[in-house]
Amino acid sequence: MSAPIHGLIAMFETPAQVMRAAEKVREAGYKFWDVHSPFPIHGIDRAMGVKRSKVPRISLAGGITGFCTGMSMIWYMNGFDYTLTVGGKPFFSPLFAFPISYELTILFTAFATLIGMFVMNGLPMHYHPLLKYPNVDRATNDLFYIVIEARDPRFDQRATRELLAAVGGQAITDLED
Amino acid sequence: MAHLEEALAEKPAILNEIAPADLPRVPLVANNRSFAWITEKVCGIAEGRTPVWWWWCFGVACFVASFTVCGLIYLVSTGVGVWGHRSPINWGWPIVNFVFWIGIGHAGTLISAILCLLRQKWRTSINRAAEAMTIFAVVCAGIFPVFHVGRVWYAWFLFPLPNSNWIWPQFRSPLEWDVFAVSTYGTVSVLFWYTGMIPDLATLRDRAKVKWRQIFYGVLAMGWRNSSRHWSNYEMAYLILAGIATPLVLSVHTIVSFDFAVSLIPGWHTTIFPPYFVAGAIFSGFGMVLTLMLPLRAVYKLEDLITQYHIDCMCKITLATGSMVGYAYMMEFFIAWYGANPNEGFTFINRAFGPYAWAYWIMISCNVITPQLFWFKKVRHNIPLVWILSLFVNVGMWFERFVIICTSLTRDFLPSSWGYISPTITDIFTFFGTFGVFSVLFLLFIRFLPIMPMAELKAVTPQADPHAGHGEHH
Repeated sequence: MSAPIHGLIAMFETPAQVMRAAEKVREAGYKFWDVHSPFPIHGIDRAMGVKRSKVPRISLAGGITGFCTGMSMIWYMNGFDYTLTVGGKPFFSPLFAFPISYELTILFTAFATLIGMFVMNGLPMHYHPLLKYPNVDRATNDLFYIVIEARDPRFDQRATRELLAAVGGQAITDLED
Repeated sequence: MAHLEEALAEKPAILNEIAPADLPRVPLVANNRSFAWITEKVCGIAEGRTPVWWWWCFGVACFVASFTVCGLIYLVSTGVGVWGHRSPINWGWPIVNFVFWIGIGHAGTLISAILCLLRQKWRTSINRAAEAMTIFAVVCAGIFPVFHVGRVWYAWFLFPLPNSNWIWPQFRSPLEWDVFAVSTYGTVSVLFWYTGMIPDLATLRDRAKVKWRQIFYGVLAMGWRNSSRHWSNYEMAYLILAGIATPLVLSVHTIVSFDFAVSLIPGWHTTIFPPYFVAGAIFSGFGMVLTLMLPLRAVYKLEDLITQYHIDCMCKITLATGSMVGYAYMMEFFIAWYGANPNEGFTFINRAFGPYAWAYWIMISCNVITPQLFWFKKVRHNIPLVWILSLFVNVGMWFERFVIICTSLTRDFLPSSWGYISPTITDIFTFFGTFGVFSVLFLLFIRFLPIMPMAELKAVTPQADPHAGHGEHH
């Protein structure tokens, strides 16, 4: 064995092929592997055994923070720190504070969602072994790839390669680390 | 129980005699194009040589944009008197222009968010450009209220910062709500636009041959590598963004309408304003989407991606929202009469037959009559005609805001303060220039960024269905 490898990559031509292959790879018990496709394939999560995304929890936390920020900011500014008498109206009421709190709920949710998505995906990551793969432009264009990583406990140069060939993978190659 | 199961197992006899109707779905990408074709087509626009027409348009757009720049410099250096405001019409043109531009933006968010939640797959061809339109329209809109405050260097008083006397902004004012609504709208629109663009930026990065392109798209793509584990989080995030952008877009024009509805001016103080403004905003926005997309489709030969079906859908939404706007106009009149408030009644009669009757009837003919032509298939299939009608929609919606603001303010409760507003040349040029600002931004967008969401387009083609091949592989 020469330089350590990141894993093995296999190419598939259609979503249906890669979907069936993904089911087989999951059944073989691999944990560190991935499907790369130019668009999200409908139902690939279930085929791969990927759990439901946790991004909504971060979004919810962001939304609650936003609403509380709006309400407490307006209470502090208009009702506590420097009260202004305008038209004999109360210094603070959740009703007039609502539109701004509503907008801040949305603003904070949006940031939490986007940041949550990046954190969950471990992005930004401008260096990744896959990006060095010569045909990487096909993965963002029209072809489908399965990568099984070498750090997977079940990974074995020969057995894994045979599995990928058996499930219909083409052009199986090592992915440099 | 047993009876029920038997009944379910037995097919109704009628099904043996008739064949179920086979309703073919209209393909969203015409001519059965492959994934690679879509990539080539969309990336080709950003990667090819800059076309000559682009330089001409860009030059003209920059020239027109300079009108706004010069107008604002003149305004700041001289004073707000160069605008045609005089008591009692202190809102005048800038607020008309503000509401006009912010309304245009609404179609972009409607297409990207509401149609996404409703699973209207035809949105994929037009959503990227429509979202870009939203952002650039908000940029144009934002110019007006900021400069309308008079001394623009005090515009930061609008933000939740204590001013020089340590006083905070007054949060009971709808104008303050507006600051938050519009800035949130602008920010969330950018985030949504960018999120949708990440996979396409990765495609452009992987295709880039030149160093600056590799760096530019590489940095923006954040190392996206189309991993299915990433797609799972990405799709969830996109869905949530769509889910929150929907109440956002409805709230923004609602709050803009509060600027009027919360006041006591006759013709403004009505509860119909929020829904009526939102419908009008979407109507004007679709007018602008058609105005922009039809030339783009012709120049870049995108007929396979923006098909006749897409144009039909856009025309129908324009028709629907235009009819809602027409209904709102009628309802306003009815309530003005039914409410039996003499001031309110006078305002509406004055709108239709007073000094601004010309503007009122331009508004009615452009907003109520024009979209009704979209009932006819012949009209919807005549692309140049659709484009011309979309221009009428844009004009009509500008006049709607003009009518609402100017007729009510020039004829308020006190006849001694009645007036008539006419714009100054600075007013006109500053507004005219914003079309240049908008065009400059839009031209840069079509030159450097993916104008269509390639990943989403590929996902709605028939070959993207992972179950398509199941028949042959038992």
